[in-house]
Amino acid sequence: MLEVSVRHAFAGFTLDAAFRAPPGVTVLFGRSGSGKTTVVNAVAGLLMPDAGRIASGDWALLDTEAGVRLPPHRRRLGYIFQEGRLFPHLTVRQNLRYGAWFAPKDAPREDMGRVVDLLGIGHLLDRRPGALSGGEKQRVAIGRALLSAPRLILADEPLAALDEARKAEILPYFERLRDEVAVPILYVSHSASEVARLATTVVAMDAGRVVAQGPAAEVLGDPSVLPAGAREAGAVLTARVVRLHEDGLCELDAAGVPLFLPRAAEAPGVVLRVRIAAHDVILSRTRPEGLSALNILPGVVHEMRPGAGPGTLVALDTPAGRVLARITRRSAETMGLAPGQTCHAIVKSVSVAPEDVGGPRLDLAE
Amino acid sequence: MDWLSPAEWGAVRLSLRVALWATLFSLPLGVLVAYALARWRFPGREVLNVLVHLPLIMPPVVTGYLLLLTFGTRGPIGGLLADWGIVFAFRWTGAALAAGVMAFPFMVRAVRLSIEAVDPKLEQAAATLGASRLWVFLTVTLPMIVPGIIAGTVLTFAKGMGEFGATITFVSNIPGQTQTIPLAIDLLLETPGGEAQAARLAGLSILLAALALALSEWISRRVAARVGGA
Repeated sequence: MLEVSVRHAFAGFTLDAAFRAPPGVTVLFGRSGSGKTTVVNAVAGLLMPDAGRIASGDWALLDTEAGVRLPPHRRRLGYIFQEGRLFPHLTVRQNLRYGAWFAPKDAPREDMGRVVDLLGIGHLLDRRPGALSGGEKQRVAIGRALLSAPRLILADEPLAALDEARKAEILPYFERLRDEVAVPILYVSHSASEVARLATTVVAMDAGRVVAQGPAAEVLGDPSVLPAGAREAGAVLTARVVRLHEDGLCELDAAGVPLFLPRAAEAPGVVLRVRIAAHDVILSRTRPEGLSALNILPGVVHEMRPGAGPGTLVALDTPAGRVLARITRRSAETMGLAPGQTCHAIVKSVSVAPEDVGGPRLDLAE
Repeated sequence: MDWLSPAEWGAVRLSLRVALWATLFSLPLGVLVAYALARWRFPGREVLNVLVHLPLIMPPVVTGYLLLLTFGTRGPIGGLLADWGIVFAFRWTGAALAAGVMAFPFMVRAVRLSIEAVDPKLEQAAATLGASRLWVFLTVTLPMIVPGIIAGTVLTFAKGMGEFGATITFVSNIPGQTQTIPLAIDLLLETPGGEAQAARLAGLSILLAALALALSEWISRRVAARVGGA
């Protein structure tokens, strides 16, 4: 369990953040400028905050009260930067080995061959970073961090510099990292779908402060916490693949509620997390019939949050979990929606974007 | 090769020796000063910067005069070093010192420019991977600034070969001790019938300078190809 508490005053901006990162992926989630990267740099030691404590168990990286300020090279972290930052004068193989060379001899190490296989970079080993594509560079950067025998992996928006196709290429590697590597990961993102797919724990930040923290489904399903704005709101459901239909649809089971999604790449039995964007959800007081939309989730209104504009955010408790719906205040009034009332959430199958459906996640599987 | 007289060969050998020692001492010190100026913020940084560059701007005679005052046998540092058996005055060592001081700004400027071109983010990345400052320098910064170091070394060597004003002021024009190629040319030009010899030495100077430049270009290209693009 990583415990972080940092305070630092910049000109016109004060960071005052404290949170706990249990094992798995903890995503620092918020708009750009909310202080996420500053927190990660403080954990890495690239920024020495005015005051604070950063510790993993009884191993303190920083404790200003006790006068502990470990320099970056003694923190044993694997930092994956947004821009890769591979060493241009070294080959991919030398880049990968760089960190291991400085790690203590008795440190638990990842096997080079296993990491190379995991990331699919075996054919790149003798090349130099200058000859790699953006996605390849980032995969090597992940491997370099992983092979430095880190106690914690930091990732600062590692996909932000990539185009959509490359993002889709790299994201599964982070899912595998989460599921197959024991090292905890602190991951910075402002992308709702990355958070939905990767996060075990979400730490929502705004203006240098932590506004919410907790398990991903809980924080993302809370209509009062919108670190990326109401437009990006969306809850996360976990569901098990039941079968793949011949028409290309994938039938999932979310706690007894059937869900039909366009993604058909997973085998039956696999557990997926599905992000349902709030603006893709339609609400109906009665169970609709003769509708083209395939997914209808019955539920009870938990909470309603009017926004600054004409919209309102409705949190609905369904058997499958919390669903957020963004509808107009006018509709809410016409329908007479209020907390405690029953209603149905309607989600078009095709509205669920492929990047919003994540790979298996062991800690939710059983 | 008998197209140069023994005295002329002496001047050539002396010039090479002076330039070599000037370069050998300027190299590590120059890299250190360049790194400090490029990467560190410390009180007196501007003063150091001005001190390093002064010989480039001051009349060389003044530099030579200052060297005479400080490193002469009665100077504060010269006197101290004389007790240890290190004498600069009117020796080839003095010529090397003068050449080194005059060439130092060239070394520092070339290396500093190349250090400033190294992205500090790469050095940060190395630090997060466990490399201490010294290891970051040795494994990341240094390999990336090799072209700059080569350029600085060649410039320093060439400047050392050709230094005139500070040398003649500091250690005078003594054949076999301090009479480098430029000093020999100067003397020959003042000697009746010495023009032909002076021209030969001048030609040799041009040849050596051109060779040094071509060599550095070749090495730089090879290193650049090895280091590759970002």
